[in-house]
Amino acid sequence: MSTAALYNDQGAAEAAVEAGQETTPTSSSSGAAFGLFSTDFKKNEDLKEMLESNKESLKLEAMKRIVQLISKGKNASELFPAIVKNVASKNIELKKLVYVYLVRYAEEQQDLALLSISTFQRALKDPNQFIRASALRVLSSIRVPIIVPIMMLAIKEAAADLSPYVRKTSAHAIQKLHSLDPDQKEQLIEVIEKLLKDKSTLVAGSVVMAFEEVCPDRIDLIHKNYRKLCNLLVDVEEWGQVVIINMLTRYARTQFTTPWKEDAVFDENNEKTFYDSDSEDKKDQTEAKPYIMDPDHRLLLRNTKPLLQSRNTAVVMAVSQLYWHLAPKHEIGIVTKSLVRLLRSHREVQFIVLQNIATMSIQRKGMFEPYLKSFYVRSTDATHIKTLKLEILTNLATEANISTILREFQTYVKSQDKAFAAATIQAIGRCATNISEVTDTCLNGLVLLLSNRDETVVAESVVVIKKLLQTQPTQHSDIIKHMAKLFDNITVPMARASILWLIGEYCERVPKIAPDLLRKMAKTFTAEEDIVKLQTVNLAAKLYLTNSKQTKLLTQYILNLGKYDQNYDIRDRTRFIRQLIVPNEKSGALSKYARRILLAAKPAPVLESAFKDRDRFQLGTLSHSLNIKASGYQELSDWPAVAPDPTVRNVEVIDPVKEWAPSLGKAKQPKSDDKFYSDEEEKGEEGSDSSSSEDSSSSTEESGSESEKESNEESEKTSTDSGKSSSDSERSSSESEAEQKKKNTKKKNKPAAADSDSVESEAKDSSSSTESSSESNSESDSDSDSPAPQKISVKAKPKVELKAKKEVSLLDLDDFSPAPTNAPKPSVISSSLLSDLKGLSLSNVSPTLQITTSSFGPEKTHELLHHMTGKGLSAKYHFPRQPCLYQPQMVAVQLILTNTLDHSLEEIHVGDRSPASLSIHCFNTIERLEPGASVTVSMGIDFSDSTQAANFHLCTKEDQFSVSIQPAVGELLMPSTMTEPDFCKEQKKLQGMNETSATIIMATA
Amino acid sequence: MIHSLFLINASGDIFLEKHWKSVVSRSVCDYFFEAQERATEPENVPPVIPTPHHYLISVLRHRIYFVAVIQSEVPPLFVIEFLHRVVDTFQDYFGVCTEAAIKDNVVVVYELLEEMLDNGFPLATESNILKELIKPPTILRTMVNTITGSTNVGEQLPTGQLSVVPWRRTGVKYTNNEAYFDVVEEIDAIIDKSGSTITAEIQGVIDACVKLTGMPDLTLSFMNPRLLDDVSFHPCVRFKRWEAERILSFIPPDGNFRLLSYHVSSQNLVAIPVYVKHNITFREGSSQGRFDLTLGPKQTMGKAVEAVLVSSQLPRGVLNANLNPSQGTYTFDPVTKLLTWDVGKINPQKLPNLKGTMNLQAGASKPDENPTINIQFKIQQMAISGLKVNRLDMYGEKYKPFKGIKYMTKAGKFQVRT
Repeated sequence: MSTAALYNDQGAAEAAVEAGQETTPTSSSSGAAFGLFSTDFKKNEDLKEMLESNKESLKLEAMKRIVQLISKGKNASELFPAIVKNVASKNIELKKLVYVYLVRYAEEQQDLALLSISTFQRALKDPNQFIRASALRVLSSIRVPIIVPIMMLAIKEAAADLSPYVRKTSAHAIQKLHSLDPDQKEQLIEVIEKLLKDKSTLVAGSVVMAFEEVCPDRIDLIHKNYRKLCNLLVDVEEWGQVVIINMLTRYARTQFTTPWKEDAVFDENNEKTFYDSDSEDKKDQTEAKPYIMDPDHRLLLRNTKPLLQSRNTAVVMAVSQLYWHLAPKHEIGIVTKSLVRLLRSHREVQFIVLQNIATMSIQRKGMFEPYLKSFYVRSTDATHIKTLKLEILTNLATEANISTILREFQTYVKSQDKAFAAATIQAIGRCATNISEVTDTCLNGLVLLLSNRDETVVAESVVVIKKLLQTQPTQHSDIIKHMAKLFDNITVPMARASILWLIGEYCERVPKIAPDLLRKMAKTFTAEEDIVKLQTVNLAAKLYLTNSKQTKLLTQYILNLGKYDQNYDIRDRTRFIRQLIVPNEKSGALSKYARRILLAAKPAPVLESAFKDRDRFQLGTLSHSLNIKASGYQELSDWPAVAPDPTVRNVEVIDPVKEWAPSLGKAKQPKSDDKFYSDEEEKGEEGSDSSSSEDSSSSTEESGSESEKESNEESEKTSTDSGKSSSDSERSSSESEAEQKKKNTKKKNKPAAADSDSVESEAKDSSSSTESSSESNSESDSDSDSPAPQKISVKAKPKVELKAKKEVSLLDLDDFSPAPTNAPKPSVISSSLLSDLKGLSLSNVSPTLQITTSSFGPEKTHELLHHMTGKGLSAKYHFPRQPCLYQPQMVAVQLILTNTLDHSLEEIHVGDRSPASLSIHCFNTIERLEPGASVTVSMGIDFSDSTQAANFHLCTKEDQFSVSIQPAVGELLMPSTMTEPDFCKEQKKLQGMNETSATIIMATA
Repeated sequence: MIHSLFLINASGDIFLEKHWKSVVSRSVCDYFFEAQERATEPENVPPVIPTPHHYLISVLRHRIYFVAVIQSEVPPLFVIEFLHRVVDTFQDYFGVCTEAAIKDNVVVVYELLEEMLDNGFPLATESNILKELIKPPTILRTMVNTITGSTNVGEQLPTGQLSVVPWRRTGVKYTNNEAYFDVVEEIDAIIDKSGSTITAEIQGVIDACVKLTGMPDLTLSFMNPRLLDDVSFHPCVRFKRWEAERILSFIPPDGNFRLLSYHVSSQNLVAIPVYVKHNITFREGSSQGRFDLTLGPKQTMGKAVEAVLVSSQLPRGVLNANLNPSQGTYTFDPVTKLLTWDVGKINPQKLPNLKGTMNLQAGASKPDENPTINIQFKIQQMAISGLKVNRLDMYGEKYKPFKGIKYMTKAGKFQVRT
């Protein structure tokens, strides 16, 4: 403030001159604000001066003070012209503050705001992605309708930007443009469609948010991206996860059939058996017509499960509601623990979570029953938390635990927080009605409370007792008597009224007390509260009808008092009652029915949870929390009776291959296997080729599950690497494809044109995608993916092939069986089976060893150099199992070198090796590896038939890293073909070797 | 999503507002004030308040209400979680999150909020990224800035946002490389009148302070990982590895962060390290009550119970208390009726005791409820659940870091009913 005073002094002279203009501030506030604004005005003057000065620091200071004004909600709009000039400032902070100002006031000063547009347009073309992004951000935040076309253009351009960060920004801009001008919807949907295809985790969350805002009903846009979204989910930032999960919940409800159908009936009847998962499983199996979950449905459930461990409570809640709405009933239980964990979080989080648990616990007690004690109330809890916990405890009450709960309730009743104590009494009432075993105990307990000193407690007990008695009035006349006795001590009107009503209702059971009570009431009638008076009139009327002898006079007296009461309600009631019960000539037919009207049997009130009807809303939503439909709430649709076509989620290849679907089906049939055995023929080659490319086209979803399995197998691969691992396999696949191509051209006489074409194009675009995937691992699941290597391993070993094939179909049908057990372990099996098979499968080849060049490569790559250790250079190797070109005794090894840095690496070559005798055929020095690029080189190593590791240095221009390759035994073997007799002959020659026997079932070739 | 944010202090003044979309008039807060008036305690204000055109979602921390204005359906936890993240960030930046601190740093606050939300959707909430974008104000930096006119906005562009490890800033360099882990466990318990445990659970966290150069890849393994069956992780932890091997493998963020929090639920047996003997009685008729409280250690594995603080909300009828502590000091606030007794360390030889009389309002009947007693304490070098870190290894960097692990047990919501 001292500085402000200083500037005030400076500007004082001008202020005096321009004092006449002080009327400018437009504000509805009263005269008191006038003084305030006048100082504002002065300050603004000197701010203007500072902004127009040449000194950056002065400008910055001025902007800071303006931001302060904005933050206090004061008007600083007249400074707009002075500020907008600085939009192109070099100083980053100044620029940022100007942006803050612009976004705040552009809407009010549209014409002036246009001055800044050209700056942003220029910045949109900046080579730096962050500048492009921030320009788009500000440009789209300026809510000026005139620039809509410019924004549209910028968004479209940014959506195609190379940088995922800019694309993310464009997704945000879509929402802004949509709220500014909803007419652009169609065009925006196009952009959304495009961005939904994006494979970057950075973009996914934002674009789904835009989707939800702009076109939540265009579910067709999701189909193709469904599997990708499921697979990316774990790596998306937490806020995006919430949005995606919520969207996918809605999506799944429209696309899959209900998993609850079969067990719905017996579920409701005995929920408890549900939790013994064993018996449940058995039942599931014996179910006549088992429900088979759509694999995509399962994929969603499986991929969201790890997110229950998120530190972000919103994510945990989102997953919980997803399971609640989508998972088979017996699986919902897994969310319980996580939800209970959230209860330790902040008060507000507790509140929302408890609300949701309350709704859940009504339908499924068993879910939270084991955690009963977590809902015990502490004296330090806020009142709304306490009531929610009480609600849940009541919902969870069963015959088994009711005694514990009631004991706990006893403590609560004594609480100092009287509102809470009253709520507890109501809860006891609910327990009593729900569980008939304890009704009597509860009633007795409540009767004891009637002698409590606190009025609210007593009153609440009376009210609850009244309700309870209504459900079973026959047995409890002594309680009614007791209450009548207490009547004198009770002062709370509601309680007094309740007692009067009770006595009136059951006056025939207490024939002596009732008239006496009426007598007492007649004495005090004028002093009572209205509600008590009304009930007194009621009581009088009822007694008059049942026991007119004793009470006629009293009734008339009371009716007279009521007639002249101040309250018109009471006067009305009195008049009505009099006409009804006292027969005279004017009262018509009604009085005949007075008895039936007044003493009709009344249905007992049902004590229900306040959360009973909340399940109409999706859990975790604002609407659920408020129990009102919030604006923009998307109804969760019911399960469709018949699932829509699941194939819509299959992902096409960019260059679509004809008839992929039927041929995929064919590939599953054992018939097609036959082809494989007629080896070395083009046909087989062709078949495998085409089907591999087809497979790869159809199965991005498999890639995900596969990479998962891979990482299960290899313990060192972890979640963050999983993206990487799949990108590895991609690389290897692109490679093997390239190999295949080579072979094709070599061997094929007349390669099917379409085929080689597709292979070519595929190889091309996979390589291009590897190139372009500079920025992250998330580009990984490009269209030609891991299935290719799988296919390749398939060709190696007929038996495993069958298995692998089956595996594929398993994935399709019910991949939720714990997969790892039967997941193929290609590297191990193949290497061991390889030699055996070679001898077994072929019969018509020349007797001697014939080296076969297999057309496959194992999919497994091994890490040679991690990019952490390699200072950005990462190297992977795998054994292509091709005869080494360089020397026959060498083993061919392929290295995949990737540069993960943001600058290029130079002169990558092999340096020193050890043992020194080791002979290595090195690859040619790689002069330059661009950032993000990867290159595959092959080298030959002579392991001299031992599994001893080959150690050597991998050098770049600056560094060298020592690496080692240790081959598995199988990799040292040379693939060769021989006939069975030959094999046996050769086998006999070998002596002292360990024998490994295995039975292999072969298809008849 | 989030339309606007209002910060309201304890006396009901809006001292900061920020809008991400069109400006929402601050009169919308009137609905909030209404709800505030209705609530007896500040904590009782409902977190979600509907108004005719908007919804207000609020969070109360450090006696400041953070009120977010929402216009359409959004998961309320999303907003609540975000608001808490904002508070955490402020605390991280300014040390404290008070009205004064926010007002002093209003420009930084604005810059932060601008980066954290775009069009109401969270953009950068990771403290490592934010710190790259906007340097936290320190006294030194403020001085330098005022003299040289430089800024506290990072000159570099936030590359972290693009990296595979978005939580870690790049180019970290330290001369002393150190990694400290604090295993802190809190016991939440309700003990009943007779001293038996009604419910007890342990809430544990592992807070880390990691100052390591480069891109270290750490693994942390436990002696008894089976204890941890209900955990939540910092996003840096590789979940698959945990699933498979029960090892925490992660590339840590730079600086302080919460690696893990876990929950040992009431189904497991929880050792209760202190016991309370109490005798609080009010006699009918007389205007006096007796108060006698003794604390003692149990199941502490030989460790000292320190920083013991007892507090209790006495019944409204109590006018005054005349007590005599065997150690420490006690205070009684006659307005709020809050009795606090700062015990300090429990000496097992001479158990701390607080004894005396309470004066009741003359003529008032005896209060029907005995007060609950809240206890706070600390035990160093022990994790009550028995969790033990086995080893910490670092990969990916060449140097030898200095490693340290500290254990502590605290009382969380520890209540004794009398």
